[in-house]
Amino acid sequence: MAHASSEDIRKHVKVYFAVFAALAFLTVLTVAVSYLHLPLPKAILVALVVASIKGALVATFFMHLSSEKKIIYAILLLTVFFFAVLLLIPVLS
Amino acid sequence: MSAEIRYISKPHPVSGLTNSKLGIWCFLASEVMLFGGLFSAYILLRTSAVEWPQGASRLNVPLATLNTLILIISSVTMVMSWASLAMKEFGKYRKYMGATVLLGFLFLVVKSFEYGHKFSHHHFPSTDMFYALYFTLTGLHGLHVIGGIIVNLYFLFPGSALWHKDPEQFTGRIEAAGLYWHFVDLVWIFLFPVLYLL
Repeated sequence: MAHASSEDIRKHVKVYFAVFAALAFLTVLTVAVSYLHLPLPKAILVALVVASIKGALVATFFMHLSSEKKIIYAILLLTVFFFAVLLLIPVLS
Repeated sequence: MSAEIRYISKPHPVSGLTNSKLGIWCFLASEVMLFGGLFSAYILLRTSAVEWPQGASRLNVPLATLNTLILIISSVTMVMSWASLAMKEFGKYRKYMGATVLLGFLFLVVKSFEYGHKFSHHHFPSTDMFYALYFTLTGLHGLHVIGGIIVNLYFLFPGSALWHKDPEQFTGRIEAAGLYWHFVDLVWIFLFPVLYLL
């Protein structure tokens, strides 16, 4: 990303503001859904799906993971694996 | 033997990345594990508890929603400060970085209102498991916000002198600081529903 041209960056800027609008909308949506008092399993599913979409938007666009070098993806793959192990430990124990 | 760190403004020929960027990603990977351990503890303690209060019954959802929006806006200003440098617009960089710092402080102010309200009602980490997890997770996250503000303040004032000597290296530094700041935002994106909404 450091070597992108000014023209490329200007295109990115438009995307950043679109991502911001999406994040703000999803925040309001997740709070609104919480007032519906869904049964807990459904509430957890909705909240985590919305949070994952928001997280993916931040990582893909703000953290530039949409166009990153392979070594970064390799590090993150390893991280995701061990993160999943951490979350599975209490579920499986 | 030189102690100089190499490939901090030009990419390393093997990785295709500057060492600074590779370094910050390795650091963020370790941060994922740090917060992952705490999320793991949260799942264990919550699933093994006989009863668990709904977050909204104990915490202030409107204030936390406001803080979520503040952090999201600060992520936009942070990425815009990097984009300004990439477009060689140093003046704009200072405005966006200044806004990021202010928004970081605003987040802490809102958080301190929340903490103050809890303390005035004698709710402490020792009160019960819910508050223990709430204060540990939000406290550690708050420390990360403070750390980010310190780094961003450095790059807003004394650290920005590097722009005039090596703009490429300085832009790389702001990208690395940005990656950290977005990570802090990302952690909050998950903390918010887990603690306040479920």
